[in-house]
Amino acid sequence: MKDKTERSSPTLLKPDFPVGIVGYGAYVPRYRLPAKEVARIWTGGVGGLPIKEKSVPGMDEDVVTMSIEAARNAMARARVDPTGIRAVWVGSESHPYAVKPTSTIVAEAIGAVPNTQAADWEFACKAGTEAMVAAVGLVGSRMGHYALAIGMDTAQGKPGDALEYTAAAGGAAYLLGPADESLAIIQSSYSYVTDTPDFWRREYQRYPEHGQRFTGEPAYFKHISEAGRAMMEANGTSASDYKWAVFHQPNIKFPQRVAAMLGFSKEQIEPGLLVPVIGNTYAGSAMIGLSAVLDIAEPGDRILMVSFGSGAGSDAFDLLVTAHIHERRTLAPSTRDYIARRTEIDYATYVRMRGVLATR
Amino acid sequence: MSEIVIAGIGQTSVGEHWDISLRELAFHAVQAAMRDAEGLQPQALYVGNMLAPNLSRQAHLGVLLADFCGLKGIEAATLEAGGASGGAALRQGYLAVASGYVQTALVVGVEKFTDQIGSEIDSAMATITDSDFEAVQGLTPTAQAALLMRRYMHEFDVPNGGFSGFALNAHAHAVGNKSAMFQKLIKLETYQNADVVSDPLNIFDIAPFADGAAAVLITRTDLLPPNFPHPLVRIAGSASATDTLALHDRHDPLWFQSADLSAARALQQAGIQVHDLSLFEYYDAYSIYAALSLEACHLAERGQGWRFDLDASRMPCATMGGLKARGNPGGASGVYQAVEATLQLRGSAGVLQVSQAKYALIQCLGGPASTAVSHVLQRLN
Repeated sequence: MKDKTERSSPTLLKPDFPVGIVGYGAYVPRYRLPAKEVARIWTGGVGGLPIKEKSVPGMDEDVVTMSIEAARNAMARARVDPTGIRAVWVGSESHPYAVKPTSTIVAEAIGAVPNTQAADWEFACKAGTEAMVAAVGLVGSRMGHYALAIGMDTAQGKPGDALEYTAAAGGAAYLLGPADESLAIIQSSYSYVTDTPDFWRREYQRYPEHGQRFTGEPAYFKHISEAGRAMMEANGTSASDYKWAVFHQPNIKFPQRVAAMLGFSKEQIEPGLLVPVIGNTYAGSAMIGLSAVLDIAEPGDRILMVSFGSGAGSDAFDLLVTAHIHERRTLAPSTRDYIARRTEIDYATYVRMRGVLATR
Repeated sequence: MSEIVIAGIGQTSVGEHWDISLRELAFHAVQAAMRDAEGLQPQALYVGNMLAPNLSRQAHLGVLLADFCGLKGIEAATLEAGGASGGAALRQGYLAVASGYVQTALVVGVEKFTDQIGSEIDSAMATITDSDFEAVQGLTPTAQAALLMRRYMHEFDVPNGGFSGFALNAHAHAVGNKSAMFQKLIKLETYQNADVVSDPLNIFDIAPFADGAAAVLITRTDLLPPNFPHPLVRIAGSASATDTLALHDRHDPLWFQSADLSAARALQQAGIQVHDLSLFEYYDAYSIYAALSLEACHLAERGQGWRFDLDASRMPCATMGGLKARGNPGGASGVYQAVEATLQLRGSAGVLQVSQAKYALIQCLGGPASTAVSHVLQRLN
């Protein structure tokens, strides 16, 4: 059979049947731990801070409850029958169970059971976008009409480690379906992976470990810049062709620098740069950045999103916003609404809420 | 009379070579040095290395590198003297050729820090202190340097920020060195506002640990191939000396006696005075060590070594960036110094060329000058 699409590159991922985002939803827990609180405990308040503050999940929140919140927001915007969903995929590095899926609980909660795929994805911080690429495949091959991809985390940072300042909670859900029903079309995606041991958590370990400076150049910067560059090269585009760009955001400096490396301005990344006020939401990081951009985007806006997962890899997406954006985005709380809903906590409350204090 | 000369030099860039292994790093430097020496074949290989058994879980570097560099069969062994390991290997190469038992010796300094991270590196570095009496208390080389610097500032009324000249000079020179880790100028304000690492040492008082390998080929002038293309650089003086290992065993911790002794012996062997030198490659792992080295080598008065003014007409130092800006590749540092001084004496230092360079003193230290190895290199006409 003749390939119906014009494939500018054999490595670009592009379905024969166009796919897009029918509905999206964000979720951020209400609690905030200022970075200066962490510094107060561990450095006597001395030294630079990677962000202003991070989000912290409440005591009765986990990746299941937070995924359900985001999924409900996505369904509210999509206004489609949940029985049409053929996949519910949740990407996270903090699934509550080692064995037993998060995704079945989410699928049940939104009414997508029983005629659906349900699975949990793992690829450090890009587990959610990995699920999105798979969802594009499922819908794009017409195996199913809708597929739900979620990136959500309640990230773990070892007390006193550099990651404790930023390891945060939150994420976003995307209901993917046919492009003609979509508020943003996923025009293509590209994935770039290598065996790069920059950050990991072995089974039964409570906190992840990382390679310190090795997490920068050979990991984050290499994979995001290569993925973004290859994606734009295959599409014959450059930074100026995009209205907005979103990158995985473990701290403030990294996404700013990788944006500059790829030719993007500060203005282009500003709406999606949430890390200063919510921290690094790991598998949710790039995806919730995208939801904040969709909250303000106009029809015709082109968006580049590039995730990063340690281990390591990046997924780059080329999106085009459609006229459906206006009628749908007001149907659920915006990303900024969740960010504005804020209760500040101190370090002592934080360690209690995160179960860092062992009482038995 | 036949002279002992450095016939070939090679170096890798200094930095975070995550994708290059210890053996490959050394190989690149060896290959460059052997090419530079017009194919002279060594009969012995001396490796300068400080931490491979700790950081790379690899000892037995002599045979590792001889084998990997295609030199199987030759004599090979590692010399370890903390941060002075490279100088110790260089001296071993010199002694071997000077003795007549070896015609041509290959010396390679190599260090691979990035096989490990964080506290692993601090723990490994602490093994160069007195383990039973210093490391056991949690003392690291950086903390040791901080203690010395605080004492020095107290004794000699040095104001805060007084040591800025060393970092500014190093960074200014590294701009012209393609192998340097930080080819970037820094401003005085940058130094003054830098984060403190171990009070009073700030981040610019400390040379960054980095990966790197440097190699030299030592031979006799009568063994050089005809029409040898480089100006000849002679090893005119070579000396090594020791002090107490533990800092607290010294009567006067602010006097680097081994630096004094080894430099004096090397200068005496070369038949020159300290002011005959054209340049001095000191061991600036910490700015305080550079100041104490200047004093120990009688290039500054006691208590005045810190007054290192960028604009003063003083002896050129750290002419390729020093450890501070070229990077501190541990046990390879002494061999980097030899490569850099050879470039200066050959007249091949490009924009960093010290004019009329005739004699260079290179000196590397293990710990707070617990070991000091000094060499005087001379340009032969």
